Amino acid sequence: MEIKERIKGLSALAEKGSCGVIRGARAVEAKSSVRVPFAEGECRGEERDEVRDVYIKNGKIAEPFDGPYDFTIDGEGLVLMPGLVDIHCHLRDPGQEYKEDILSGARSAAAGGFTSVCCMPNTIPVVDNKAVAAYIKEKGKKSACKVYPIGAVTKGQGGEELAEMGQMKDAGIVAVCDDGGPVATADRMYKGMQYASDFGLVVIDHCEDPSLMDGTMNEGEISTRMGEAGIPSVAEDIIVARDILLADYLDLPVHIAHVSTKRSVSLIREAKAKGIKVTAETCPHYFSLTDKDCLSYSGLFRVNPPLRQEEDRLAIIEGLKDGTLDCLATDHAPHHKDEKEIEFSLAKNGMIGFETAFALAYTYLAEPGIISLTELVRMLSANPAAFMRIPGGSLEIGEPADLFLADVSESNRYDRSKAVSRSKNSPYDGYTLKGKVLLTLSDGRKVYEA
Amino acid sequence: MTLLHKDLLGMQQLTKEEIESILKTAANMKKVLRSGNKKTAYLQGKTVITLFYENSTRTRMSFELAGKYLGAQTANISTTGSSVNKGESLCDTAVTLDHMAADMIVMRHRVAGAPHFLGPHLDASIVNAGDGMNEHPTQALLDMLTMQEHFGGFEGLEVAIIGDLSHSRVVRSNIWGLLKLGAKVRVYGPATLTPPDLAKSGAVICHSLEEALTDADVVMGLRLQLERQRRGLFPSINEYSQYYGLTEERMQLAKKDAIVMHPGPINRGAEISGTLADSPRSVIPDQVTSGVAVRMAVLYLLNLYRNKHRLGLG
Repeated sequence: MEIKERIKGLSALAEKGSCGVIRGARAVEAKSSVRVPFAEGECRGEERDEVRDVYIKNGKIAEPFDGPYDFTIDGEGLVLMPGLVDIHCHLRDPGQEYKEDILSGARSAAAGGFTSVCCMPNTIPVVDNKAVAAYIKEKGKKSACKVYPIGAVTKGQGGEELAEMGQMKDAGIVAVCDDGGPVATADRMYKGMQYASDFGLVVIDHCEDPSLMDGTMNEGEISTRMGEAGIPSVAEDIIVARDILLADYLDLPVHIAHVSTKRSVSLIREAKAKGIKVTAETCPHYFSLTDKDCLSYSGLFRVNPPLRQEEDRLAIIEGLKDGTLDCLATDHAPHHKDEKEIEFSLAKNGMIGFETAFALAYTYLAEPGIISLTELVRMLSANPAAFMRIPGGSLEIGEPADLFLADVSESNRYDRSKAVSRSKNSPYDGYTLKGKVLLTLSDGRKVYEA
Repeated sequence: MTLLHKDLLGMQQLTKEEIESILKTAANMKKVLRSGNKKTAYLQGKTVITLFYENSTRTRMSFELAGKYLGAQTANISTTGSSVNKGESLCDTAVTLDHMAADMIVMRHRVAGAPHFLGPHLDASIVNAGDGMNEHPTQALLDMLTMQEHFGGFEGLEVAIIGDLSHSRVVRSNIWGLLKLGAKVRVYGPATLTPPDLAKSGAVICHSLEEALTDADVVMGLRLQLERQRRGLFPSINEYSQYYGLTEERMQLAKKDAIVMHPGPINRGAEISGTLADSPRSVIPDQVTSGVAVRMAVLYLLNLYRNKHRLGLG
């Protein structure tokens, strides 16, 4: 059945402040488990997985009430989940709107079931001052999902002077990060963590030793076979270890972005066991692809950190399973065709991710029974929302009606040319995936319909 | 038999039978080279373009001569003085040449996989004349032709390859080709110039020059790019030649009738001593002649493939 046929009051659903009910869907919710920076013990959501009716009034989840309803949605046979929350994406706005802008990126996010996204500061100009942060925040308000800017740690992400974190916090940033690359020196990381803590901001680090980054893909058998310069996995591990040691020494939180290696997973696991304030995320491509996928020399598989080996892929899955990795983020990184469908070693790093994240997580993790749907919701919604201390991530009464409906029963062939994102650089073209997003609501209003 | 694909991308893509077929054809082409009249008509009416994004003397010239000896029209594009300097993309340049009715484009590019990327975009056949650190298939084929002429075959042949293994497309292509034909390959170089997991290719990684040279039939030196010193991968030419250089004295460890090879151009006194390069063991000049013959064979066989599949006929 088409999603349209399941909705009565379609036009009301597109309006703000309508009231209605979603009937008979399997509603899945999770309780957050992530250690929240500067708010230890803070937790949200409830552990629930049952078929029930969910009511919406004035943009919020409401107590059951009798009609009349402006809209009713037949959710039978579908899964209803809190809207996904992405703590790591690139919207390319301002400066590279030919790849994506805040509005197109938010539409793509909504099409993937995301209702809140946190975007990285490596725009042109960099988000290192309140003006750029405010621009993103303001434009985000007109978009299909909630947009939260992340500020830079250092001015221009140059690794020297600290950025104006206080003023950016007032303008709406939720964390700081020099993503695109690492905070290059231990000194800058040290001072960055200290200064950010004055404003209750966590430092997120892209972990890669700059002196070992001079390559195009993971170093190993496959890079040797392809004649490509390799980036060793230890380049990541060294900076993960550094950041963990700093977090321990300073007793401050640190968040490790897009973990890709086996050793990093075990370093984080050990640090957490010692009570060090470290949290971490990974991305769908690190549990679904390996460096072998690069053998075709297709630039679509170029990403940083690079796709690793099978043992790393399995360790990432293990890390998600045991909670070492708290969140799944997309690292949605749109690039133009002319920057990706070229020679492998000239292709830009990154892949779009919003529209495939849920289906990849479902197909690779939930469907085979590695994790439950509840755990999937935890790592894609409850934990990211709790971690950033932003609304969302829950279906409890009174929470914003940020949610989505998905069909997890049928397989679909992914066609990247149909991506909602302005860019089409997905490596998953032709993949058969389960977990199709059918309808996304933000504050009770329809922002996406399949 | 002919070849199985439109393009010659690398030794990884060739089957044992294809390699044997190229070597057999090349042996016949050598006869043409040694005859009084080198002009044949096998590629009459065909166009071969060499598109080199990196410097080259022997590879480029031997492809050009190979084309001419087969009766083809040949043309060269150098990246200086072409639209490449205006920032034209590789794909746009190649498609432009394709639409000038080029039948074969011989390409050298600094980027691994560049010919693999281009192949599907073009009607012309792409011949890989070196792609980054990945492959240099006609070099391996000419090396193999030279070895075959000396030893008659490859079964059990002990081939030692010494030098900068990391940045060498020659060593990679030779490993893939030689192993397919039953030779044994051992390699040795500084740890900083040995790529990770090279052993998974099937080559044996040696831990000393002595180990690598002992009882070898073929000893191949690889060109050392002096730029690697600036990047801190070895300390000096002096030290490199002392610990990794090939000399007449060290060649005593190899078999009595062992030959010395080098893809050229050589750095005399660095990876190989001048006296060894000029000694009777050296087949370096023979390799150059084999190069023309092998490239004639490749162009000839690709043309057969094109005729069979009616390519280049609109």
